[in-house]
Amino acid sequence: MKILVNGAWRNTGAADLAAALQEFGYGGTVVATALNGEFVPVGARAVTRLAEGDSIEVLAPMQGG
Amino acid sequence: MLNVYGTELRSRLLLGTSRYPSPAVLTAAVKASRVEVVTVSLRRESSGERAGQGFWSIIRELGVRVLPNTAGCHSVKEAVTTAQMAREVFGTSWIKLEVIGEDDTLQPDVFGLVEAARILAADGFEVFPYTTEDLVVAEKLLAAGCRVLMPWGAPIGSGRGLNNLFGLKALRAHFPEIPLVIDAGIGVPSHAAQAMELGFDAVLINTAVAQAADPARMAAAFARAVEAGCEARLAGPMEPRDLASPSTPVVGTAFLR
Repeated sequence: MKILVNGAWRNTGAADLAAALQEFGYGGTVVATALNGEFVPVGARAVTRLAEGDSIEVLAPMQGG
Repeated sequence: MLNVYGTELRSRLLLGTSRYPSPAVLTAAVKASRVEVVTVSLRRESSGERAGQGFWSIIRELGVRVLPNTAGCHSVKEAVTTAQMAREVFGTSWIKLEVIGEDDTLQPDVFGLVEAARILAADGFEVFPYTTEDLVVAEKLLAAGCRVLMPWGAPIGSGRGLNNLFGLKALRAHFPEIPLVIDAGIGVPSHAAQAMELGFDAVLINTAVAQAADPARMAAAFARAVEAGCEARLAGPMEPRDLASPSTPVVGTAFLR
């Protein structure tokens, strides 16, 4: 199925958010995630099911003022 | 000592981490400023570049506290979600809450700010709202659960100093017990010293240091200015007057006409 990852369409076979993060190369990184605009805590990623057209945001620490 | 949400801080200067020419210059500036708190943000991470991972390891090595912001958020929902994500990533309930209302001045949307502050404070966040000098908004932010206010000096990145001196003085006088941190618009160390002389509790600087020709040197200059302004406030500045008052005693002046 197709999902949006940080604004780009990607194909995935992952059923849940944790699997999608692994598939897209975020394993071992310090990131925070949101699904369709709602925060998904680390502990809930594995039980957060993905559906066609879902939008994931994967954010990391960055410079800020 | 500055006390914000129960945390004692020796340094009354807070430093942003953005717009430095390189990570090495950022590190040098943070060290030269002797700050205990730096602001950070969250952005989309590319799994290939992993830029955020590198940045985060630099900040952790500095051993400073982080104050994550919600920069770039224009709605309550964006700001609240960003704050939730920041709390998890940075492991702190501190949040510098920005809800931007207008892009030319980056002026806060104070209506959204108050609403987001209420939601976040109820959820256990310790909110540092980026606000204006408006007293009514300040009252509402405090009622929403904020225990610190961060009024702007001037628009973010403008370097104009304290734009509305009378408004800022009124804010200080109206909330003598609330930690007030001047956030945004400071351009040179004299602006920071002025803020401290007026009785503000701390100053947050980013662009003025990051965009200086020598950021580390400017960071050190700001540290001294903040310290000098704070000391001056405690020392009790004289009252200004309109006419001269001789500083050399007039008694005993020689008659030599």
